[in-house]
Amino acid sequence: MPEAMGFFTDTTVCIGCKACEVACKEWNQLPAHSGGRREMSGDSYDNTVRLSGTEWRHVKFIEQFHEDRHTSGDRWLMMSDVCKHCVQAGCLEVCPTNAIIRTEFDTVVIQSDACNGCRLCIAACPFGVIDINPVSHTAQKCTLCYDRLQNGMEPACSKACPTDSIRFGSIVELKKIADQRVSQLHAQGEMRARLYGADDKFLGALNSFYLLVDNPEVYGLPANPKLPTRNLRLSSLLSTAGAFLMAMLGIVTLRKRRMDAMATSPASFDA
Amino acid sequence: MPDTFFTTSPHWRWYIVLYFFIGGIAGGAFVIASLLQLFGRPEDRPVIRHGYDIAFAGTVVSGLLLTVDLTQPLRFWHMLIRSNVGLPMFKPWSPMSVGAWGLLLFGAFATLAALGTAAREERWQWRPLRWRPVRALGSGVAARIVAVVGALLGFFLAGYTGVLLAVTNRPVWGDTHWLGVLFLISGMSTGAATLILVSLWRRDANAGTLAWLSRFDRNALVVELLVLVVFIISLGSVARVLVGWWGFVLLLSLGAGMVLPLFLGHGQSPNLSRLIRPATLVVVGGLLLRMAIVFSSETFSRGGGTGIGVP
Repeated sequence: MPEAMGFFTDTTVCIGCKACEVACKEWNQLPAHSGGRREMSGDSYDNTVRLSGTEWRHVKFIEQFHEDRHTSGDRWLMMSDVCKHCVQAGCLEVCPTNAIIRTEFDTVVIQSDACNGCRLCIAACPFGVIDINPVSHTAQKCTLCYDRLQNGMEPACSKACPTDSIRFGSIVELKKIADQRVSQLHAQGEMRARLYGADDKFLGALNSFYLLVDNPEVYGLPANPKLPTRNLRLSSLLSTAGAFLMAMLGIVTLRKRRMDAMATSPASFDA
Repeated sequence: MPDTFFTTSPHWRWYIVLYFFIGGIAGGAFVIASLLQLFGRPEDRPVIRHGYDIAFAGTVVSGLLLTVDLTQPLRFWHMLIRSNVGLPMFKPWSPMSVGAWGLLLFGAFATLAALGTAAREERWQWRPLRWRPVRALGSGVAARIVAVVGALLGFFLAGYTGVLLAVTNRPVWGDTHWLGVLFLISGMSTGAATLILVSLWRRDANAGTLAWLSRFDRNALVVELLVLVVFIISLGSVARVLVGWWGFVLLLSLGAGMVLPLFLGHGQSPNLSRLIRPATLVVVGGLLLRMAIVFSSETFSRGGGTGIGVP
């Protein structure tokens, strides 16, 4: 049994070159954005905008600048975003067709030929990773290059990353590297450096985890992502109570009507 | 920022809104028809028949709506059968998986109930309706079993759609536990209102039955109103998503679809023709309710992605 594999993304060394995006598109034969039409988002240097069914990697550009753009501490934050391959994955949990599976590498993969496009996984993912691919008409996202992993190769994005911002390897090894890097940054005075998703505080840990230097929300990441089934038990109980109330309401009022009728006429009704 | 604001819309639009609406009416109509069958009087029979017919038609339409909403409609059967091994596909913790089986079973019981009442009343000259097993569905123990099991499934169909929305990470839907019970009670109120309208259209219902239906609907509306208020309060800071067009639609649903019918004398009027307006408002209000809840979340754009700010 292979060990758990994943990504450690050190956002402090990302230079926003988008080589990961290009490598991902090329290897996975993903179609161009907007059918190849050139569209500017008008939002920093980011024209991919978001992860989707055809954008499985997305480099976020976060501009932290004052209006005069000369204040000390102004900075760019860049982060190559991808599916988090959660240890407890909300998408896999709710998928009604079992199209979403956990692989031998502890990664999460959507089997396109089993997906029927119900889109529940899109609503269940706490990170907004999954979307419909307009070519296959199925839900799609990063597979952590499952085909490459099965052949002993590194995923295309981490292979292409020129600064090693995206590191691929066994989760155990990656966590050691990540801890060392955080210590190094703290020693250099960057006390805001922290890991996101490396421990099991939420979703049982993320097999694609990050080193951030600001709050997760700044990077478009939820502070405390949750499984969608957290609401299942109480929602079901309240609905059952509502059904009981409505049934009682109907039975009591019909009984009363019957009693009133029997008081005036002996006719009864047997369905 | 709430954690649900970092997610992506599943593009559930009109087909899903209409399914939630029609599925609720189908479930509610069956429950009411079965209550009348089990605890009612002989003169309730026309309304019982309408209830089972609405449930049957509703499940057929629901199945079609759900199928065409899939981005791979020909794979609809993957919900029920595991496509790689041919074994049944069932995940008890996934509301959509349970819902697919629930709709199938409800459809089966709605069919049996509709066939049973048609056979009993000899409405059509269709030979299968004269078969003994089919005729047995119209009366006695078999009819009662169909009514009880079908009613349980009807409650499920009316309410599970709200639970399904709650078991997501989307704004509004995943931020409350009250959508299931809200949809369930709305299914009962819209089911009763639809039965009133169909009965008035067919001109075959007993005045006493209609009066009971109207009172039942009034009671359901009061409960629905309370649950809707609790639902909005339960959203907390997320309720700001409702500030805008879809919040207005929700208010319209509350005002015109719940409060106004109560003031129009719904449940009190001895004049049958005066039931039309409040019943129509209740049905339209049920549709507006589902539109507001589905679209308020659907149109919410993701808070994540690229950000521009100051350190």
